Amino acid sequence: MAQDIEALTREAVEAVEAAADLAALDAVRVRYLGKKGRITAQLKALGGLDAEARREAGRRINAAKERLQAAIQARREALEAERIRASLEAGRVDVTLPGRGLPPGGLHPVTRTLQRVESLFEQIGFDVVQGPEIEDEYHNFEALNIPAHHPARAMHDTFYFPDGRLLRTHTSPVQIRVMERQAPPIRIIAPGRVYRCDSDLTHSPMFHQVEGLLVDECVSFSHLKGVLDQFLRAFFERDDLPTRFRPSYFPFTEPSAEVDIQCVICGGSGCRVCGRSGWLEVMGCGMVHPKVFDAVGIDNERWTGYAFGMGVERLAMLRYGVDDLRLFFENDLRFLRQFR
Amino acid sequence: MRFSEHWLREWVDPHMDAHALGERFTMAGLELDSIEPAAPAFSGVVVAEVLAVAPHPNADRLRVCRVDDGSGEPVQVVCGAPNVRVGMKAPFARVGAVLPGDFRIRKAKLRGVESLGMLCSARELGLAETAEGLMELPPDAPVGEDLRAYMDLDDRVFEIDLTPNRADCLSIAGLAREVSALTGAPVRAVVPDAVPAQVEDRLSVEVADREACPRYVGRVIRGIAPQARTPLWMQERLRRGGIRAIHPVVDVTNYVMLELGQPMHGFDLARLRGGIVVRRAGVDERLELLDGQTVHLRPETLVIADASGPVALAGIMGGAPTAVGPQTRDVFLESAFFAPKAIAGEARAYGLHTDAAHRFERGVDPELQARALERATALLLEITGGVPGPLVECAAPEHLPRRLPIGLREARICRVLGVAVPPGEVARILEALGCRVDDSGDEVGWRVTPPGFRFDLELEVDLIEEVGRVHGYDQIPDRMHAHAPEIRPRPEARIAGLRFKALLADRGWSEVVTFSFVDETVERLFAPDAEPLRLANPISSDLGVMRSTLWSGMLPVVRRNLNRQQSDLRLFETGLRFLQEGDGLAQRPALAGAATGRALPEHWDAPGRALDFFDVKGDVEALFALTGRTMRFEAAEYAGLHPGQSARILDGGREIGRIGALHPQAQSRLGLEQPVYLFELDLEALTRGRVPRFEPLSRFPAIRRDVAVLVDSHVPAGRILDVARAAAPDAVREVRVFDVYAGEGVPEGRKSVALGLILQDLSRTLTDDEVDAAVAGVIERLRRDVGASLRE
Ligand SMILES: [Zn+2]
Repeated sequence: MAQDIEALTREAVEAVEAAADLAALDAVRVRYLGKKGRITAQLKALGGLDAEARREAGRRINAAKERLQAAIQARREALEAERIRASLEAGRVDVTLPGRGLPPGGLHPVTRTLQRVESLFEQIGFDVVQGPEIEDEYHNFEALNIPAHHPARAMHDTFYFPDGRLLRTHTSPVQIRVMERQAPPIRIIAPGRVYRCDSDLTHSPMFHQVEGLLVDECVSFSHLKGVLDQFLRAFFERDDLPTRFRPSYFPFTEPSAEVDIQCVICGGSGCRVCGRSGWLEVMGCGMVHPKVFDAVGIDNERWTGYAFGMGVERLAMLRYGVDDLRLFFENDLRFLRQFR
Repeated sequence: MRFSEHWLREWVDPHMDAHALGERFTMAGLELDSIEPAAPAFSGVVVAEVLAVAPHPNADRLRVCRVDDGSGEPVQVVCGAPNVRVGMKAPFARVGAVLPGDFRIRKAKLRGVESLGMLCSARELGLAETAEGLMELPPDAPVGEDLRAYMDLDDRVFEIDLTPNRADCLSIAGLAREVSALTGAPVRAVVPDAVPAQVEDRLSVEVADREACPRYVGRVIRGIAPQARTPLWMQERLRRGGIRAIHPVVDVTNYVMLELGQPMHGFDLARLRGGIVVRRAGVDERLELLDGQTVHLRPETLVIADASGPVALAGIMGGAPTAVGPQTRDVFLESAFFAPKAIAGEARAYGLHTDAAHRFERGVDPELQARALERATALLLEITGGVPGPLVECAAPEHLPRRLPIGLREARICRVLGVAVPPGEVARILEALGCRVDDSGDEVGWRVTPPGFRFDLELEVDLIEEVGRVHGYDQIPDRMHAHAPEIRPRPEARIAGLRFKALLADRGWSEVVTFSFVDETVERLFAPDAEPLRLANPISSDLGVMRSTLWSGMLPVVRRNLNRQQSDLRLFETGLRFLQEGDGLAQRPALAGAATGRALPEHWDAPGRALDFFDVKGDVEALFALTGRTMRFEAAEYAGLHPGQSARILDGGREIGRIGALHPQAQSRLGLEQPVYLFELDLEALTRGRVPRFEPLSRFPAIRRDVAVLVDSHVPAGRILDVARAAAPDAVREVRVFDVYAGEGVPEGRKSVALGLILQDLSRTLTDDEVDAAVAGVIERLRRDVGASLRE
């Protein structure tokens, strides 16, 4: 009897270890430990023994049962681990293959540059305003102190419509429209498309400007210098960017200036881009001309103001190193993708 | 303005080199464009005299010359110039000379004859673009002298871009005044003496339009020598000023214009009929101009006329029939002041740009006419001889520009510039610029009377600018304008345009910027019946009309990209559409897109699919989602779009956009080989969003019921959804279409539309009976309104 249970246990453990998968293992378990299992049958056979022998035999059978259960558990864990390992192996992917879906597009470099300019001026309280692109002579010229036959008109190469209206040649008419409807103090910038009847390597018949206007009680040329200097340094992210203000002439500002930055291509030593001067003209600016204030009914004694204008493509070209103005309007996808 | 540095330095000679002087000009608002040498580098060229000319034994075109180059021994050179002759003086490049272009002169044999140097043309020395033959030097040119020294060629030519307000600097005299104000160096002015009349000959002058011509000064000069030549030094100064020498009379008037700023004109007296009349052009008058073209005169044009008709466009250009030439013996010199207003725009109207018009329309010194005429007379007599008549002046002082005193407040200077300029400096600057500066008496400041030649000084701020400019903008400190910080309202319901651009960009669309003027043939595809808004002066015929839809500009961009092998495109643009509505013009901001090619990039794991209407519609719906509103799509037909694949987009009842496939005909007209899908939305409508309102979330389970209904094939899904939603009780949170099917198992002419209804109540779990009732109600309404039957 004692020999029997030992041999049976050994045989059962061998069967457990030989089970190739969970189903086989379960069959082994049923064969030995199930209701009609061979070890279970041993317990049932105890009825014929005396109390002492029954206790002794019961103890050995239970020990064998426990041993077998432990063996089954160990085997189950081993088989489970093997199953997971195999499933992981089967689920292996080539992580270097490309992902699925549409790559993002992007914003045009002009928009990108405009955004940058706008966000810098919004920091100091400038509102962004828009104006019409088909303008009248009054807003585009006369109110800006450019009467008919003024030599400055010749420099504007204006697109006209048969009825005398025109495509705005600059964003400056937005100044007039804002001052017509809003009393000072005023702080605005006006980005947008402008048009000149001129087309060659360095001129596009349509381009973008940003106009700025600040009218308040104590504004001087000194403030204009300060704000543009800060702006240009922030725009180009160069704390040490040298700028200079050259006297110039615009009919709607006085004093007027053109703003140069040190050439960002050659660092001021002179190159093709800066015409060997070491400087790049980037903006025009000045104090609002008294005749402009007169045209919109703002008191010249109480208020002063400054205005400035910049070419967006020019800034974008310098910022991103674009060497051909025409690329902005060809809209070649290979060009556009570089700005997303 | 181009000018010789040496000429300027004769007038004013500050202690600074050319580069520093150029920089000073720039920083005073007279922008230096360039400084170029007056002549390119060359060496070893001297004045020589041709002693003998003999035929070349082996070449018809060549001559063998003996030349005196001042070295003692005559030199033999072979020369091919047609104008070489005995006794002439010409530049001679000795053996060892280096000509422009690093051309070294060596001993040479030309067709077997030894040549020891080269006689030069002006072109070979870089002094002219073209040349007919040798450069002929004056008979008194000293043989052997280095040509650079003789012609003062180690000079520089400054080119300065003058702004239109600074006509006073369009002369050496004006520039000298400016340099003196900027540097303190004194001006050594040429002050011409009056030339006394030697004959009494005069030509009558009548000014009919005294406002347009407030001063006209003229003089007759008789008996000029027709063979006289303009001296080389004057020719050179003209050349450095960008003016070609033509004839002594013309050259002298041009010289005086460059020197003093007064444009003048010389007529051949013999060709004038009767006296001079300054008047507006009459009806149907014509004039043959100096440049050879005949213009039909506009009635507002001011002309100089004689008894036979107009002889010159006043202040712009003289006429050909009365021009001076080799035959001229007697001349009439004109020196007038024309009001800028009378000349402005006139030259442009005739397509002309002349030095005279450039000056007159900006303003010439109204006190200069007689002085300039005296100067010209003196110069001309020196060159050509002759006898001057008296100076005849016709003036209307009441129409001459008057410079009134302007009050200048010291405090205002500081207020405008932001820097206090010392009062002594203010007065010095203004006086140096030619102003009279007096104390103002009451207020702290001055009374400043600008000089006649400063047309731009009219207001106090004009003077402040002058003070700031000469004092130096770099002397003005940088400051930030302080304003009270304030938080201004920013409407949350307004969506920035950039948000929509960013959404499209993130969904794979690339932004383009196209011209607002477009090709009319493309524009016509979408607006065949409307008269396009045409430009009067387009840059080219294919950019002649304003776009009424952004598509007109975008489709050529699609084509260009397809031609460049970029075949998967999703492009969008924002900008104005220009629409003629009734009498008015609307400029409407729009957001438009054009897409073509594959729905997704080529992928290793998915079959490719061309993008279609619903890919684009999905992106458009995503835009609308930002507004919080649902827009309706309604089948519609538009010119240029596929009639079965286009929709009107409605916001409430208002059309806010269009979407559709490009019409196959339009597609082929545009030369596009693949279908293009388009949308265009009113950007204003899009930017009206909303402030979100919280709605409570239900804690009870949602129940979904699916039903399939059969409807006639033409019934749009949108209609089915509208009916279903209208019929559904509040508990129905959502109705969606999840399948559309026609074909086997569905009767001909019908289609099966599968709807998913999602029901949920805020306060409890819905019972089966409630759900069944809701679904039955929806089905009943569909049966009634769209003829639906339940598909079993
Ligand atoms: Zn540079």
